[in-house]
Amino acid sequence: MDVRSQVSMLFHLDKCIGCHTCSIACKNIWTDRKGAEYMWWNNVETKPGTGYPTKWEDQDIYKGGWEKKEGAGAIELKGAGKFKGLKNIFHNPHLPIMDDYYEPWTYKYSNLIESPAQDDQPTARPVSLVTGKPIDIKAGPNWDDDLSGSPDYARKDPNLENLSPAERDAMFQLEQMAFFYLPRICNHCLNPACVASCPSGAIYKRGEDGIVLINQKVCRAWRMCITACPYKKTYYNWSTGKSEKCILCYPRLEAGVAPACMHSCVGRIRYLGVMLYDADKIEEVASADEKNLVDSQLDIILDPNDPEVIEAAKANGIADSTIHSAQYSPVYKFVKEWGLALPLHPEFRTLPMLFYVPPLLPVMASLSTVKNKAQNDKLDPIAKKWDDDWLYDTSTDELWGTIDDARFPLQYMANLFSAGDTEKVSIILKKMMAVRIHRRGVTVGDLGDEKVNGALSDAGLTAEEADAIYYLTSLAKFDDRFVIPPAHREQAIEMLEDTADVKGSSGFGFTERPSRGI
Amino acid sequence: METLYNFLFIALPYVALTVFLIGTIYRYKGTKFKFSSLSSQFLEGRKLFWGSVPFHYGIIFLFFGHLIAFLIPGTVIAWNSEPLRLVILEVTGFVFGLSALVGMVSLFFRRTTDARIKVVTSKMDLIIELLIIAQIILGLWIAYGFRWGSSWFASVLSPYLWSIFYLNPNIEAVSNMPLVIQLHISLAFFIVLLIPFTRLVHLLVPPLHYLWRPYQRVIWYWDRKKVRNPKSPWSVTKSQNN
Repeated sequence: MDVRSQVSMLFHLDKCIGCHTCSIACKNIWTDRKGAEYMWWNNVETKPGTGYPTKWEDQDIYKGGWEKKEGAGAIELKGAGKFKGLKNIFHNPHLPIMDDYYEPWTYKYSNLIESPAQDDQPTARPVSLVTGKPIDIKAGPNWDDDLSGSPDYARKDPNLENLSPAERDAMFQLEQMAFFYLPRICNHCLNPACVASCPSGAIYKRGEDGIVLINQKVCRAWRMCITACPYKKTYYNWSTGKSEKCILCYPRLEAGVAPACMHSCVGRIRYLGVMLYDADKIEEVASADEKNLVDSQLDIILDPNDPEVIEAAKANGIADSTIHSAQYSPVYKFVKEWGLALPLHPEFRTLPMLFYVPPLLPVMASLSTVKNKAQNDKLDPIAKKWDDDWLYDTSTDELWGTIDDARFPLQYMANLFSAGDTEKVSIILKKMMAVRIHRRGVTVGDLGDEKVNGALSDAGLTAEEADAIYYLTSLAKFDDRFVIPPAHREQAIEMLEDTADVKGSSGFGFTERPSRGI
Repeated sequence: METLYNFLFIALPYVALTVFLIGTIYRYKGTKFKFSSLSSQFLEGRKLFWGSVPFHYGIIFLFFGHLIAFLIPGTVIAWNSEPLRLVILEVTGFVFGLSALVGMVSLFFRRTTDARIKVVTSKMDLIIELLIIAQIILGLWIAYGFRWGSSWFASVLSPYLWSIFYLNPNIEAVSNMPLVIQLHISLAFFIVLLIPFTRLVHLLVPPLHYLWRPYQRVIWYWDRKKVRNPKSPWSVTKSQNN
């Protein structure tokens, strides 16, 4: 057992209101530089939707992540790797180009001020931040924000695979439409494809906390990481000729402060804490069979209260304070103790360490089979393929019925979070529903003990657990949501060497001006 | 004339090699952030394919062809002893030369016409691309007009190049060469001189070590096992990261 510690994250999607405050906080601190304008280390997507860059989840296009060939025991990188990568080094056929994200632009505000007196009102024309020339804006950050249901975005979502045509059409009826937000940052994976794909060896995982970083001095713009990362969370700075990615605000973490995106989160959906894992098992877990993927990925996380684990962690040099943090980690509670969270796209086999609590809200309201002529007349003929007599129903009186007949097909959630296994998502949603029913029993008291206890036992929860879930979900204070292990300042200083960096520069640990090579 | 030859075939090579050595070492050690291939594929990907791929495969073959004829001229002469093999070698080299030329010309065209690429183009990029185009044209001219280059290079020019590295330059042979060949040689040394001042530095760091390293890289800043063990005195070893 090779115990290592990992700073891992949890996003509670039920609480995300899609305000993009996280994105702005990140942008203001890290990526408002030339060459990085288009980068969103943190972005929030509307699901169903195509995301950023467009259709990033479709690995037939981008060839990201690892794949396990039929019959082969070992996994290999899908679009990069030792031979594939070096062979394509002069031209990477799978590299997304700027138009797959969007061309950054600003407006020529000076037109408004400097325009001579004339009959027409002056306009501030959009100009490209790359070429400086006027452009027609074709896409931008969050271009598909809230546009689920539109033919251009939601219907092209790669996660619609395995959904029947009727289910799909039902999802996109205006009457029934639902969507939710998916905030994304780098997953700081245990089996990172970007690290494995870097020919220069510039990308590495920090042993102390598992943060994946790109050494800006070693990166030589071979750009394989951009292809390899299935989440498209490494970005190419076209100006400096170096790749960049989310650094989990490690300078803040080392000072005991939450990352900017998490700190600024309005909905308080973000949690951060240490998890201990067994590094010996990474290869085995990453190569697991498709149907065991989720379970084995969760199994690699160790119980920080197990004396054997603690002993092995100490032997491995993990600080007592880090072990202590792991024991109080909110992420561990959600992921392992309560089993409420899943990784995003485990089938990419990178073992992401960012977990999501799937949203209950788009599931709860459903269309129930009630005869209603007025309602029926409003429905598009396509929806009638699904069922003629469905009616919008938001009552939670039905215990599990709403989950099974969700207006948001569970298969869609399963494609996102559990490699297509609807059972995994269903269990979580039932638990969340049980917590609500339990709390309703406590605060309103109109449901009756029998029904409440039945819901809890069906979901496999005790009343105490339900209260703990309720507390950490709804009432948790800053220190409950972020249990940051002390970085030991005296050692953290060594990690950085020079912290005197200023806004607009890139990278840490060296004072050379980050300007483009000649 | 003799002064000019002394300058071109003695002074220039030594200046070029010295500047190349000191310049690239300084650049690697001192300004590592600027050490990059500066790929522009992110801004434009389709035209790059038709330029970068034929150019790189062409130039790499030609580079190793020249290198082998310089290092082990005997093997090239032995290979060429059979006329058929000589023709195969020459034709192959010529094809790779054409491929490099076509690639470089289309890269130059892309650099000067594409709006996005123009933004990331420096004067030095244009200069070096023009020089390389000139060098390839000279090379093709020589291959076509002064047959059979692979044989006479190995027997006549290889000794000259060796004499430079032996610090005992013997320019008799090159002085009597036709002008085109003399230009090709001088331009070659001039390009070597320019390497530290251009993006060509990326050819010094081909990521071949990737083939041997394990896929995953983990860096510990401190050896925590040693830090925790009070019995073993530990010393700080700086990580290789900065």
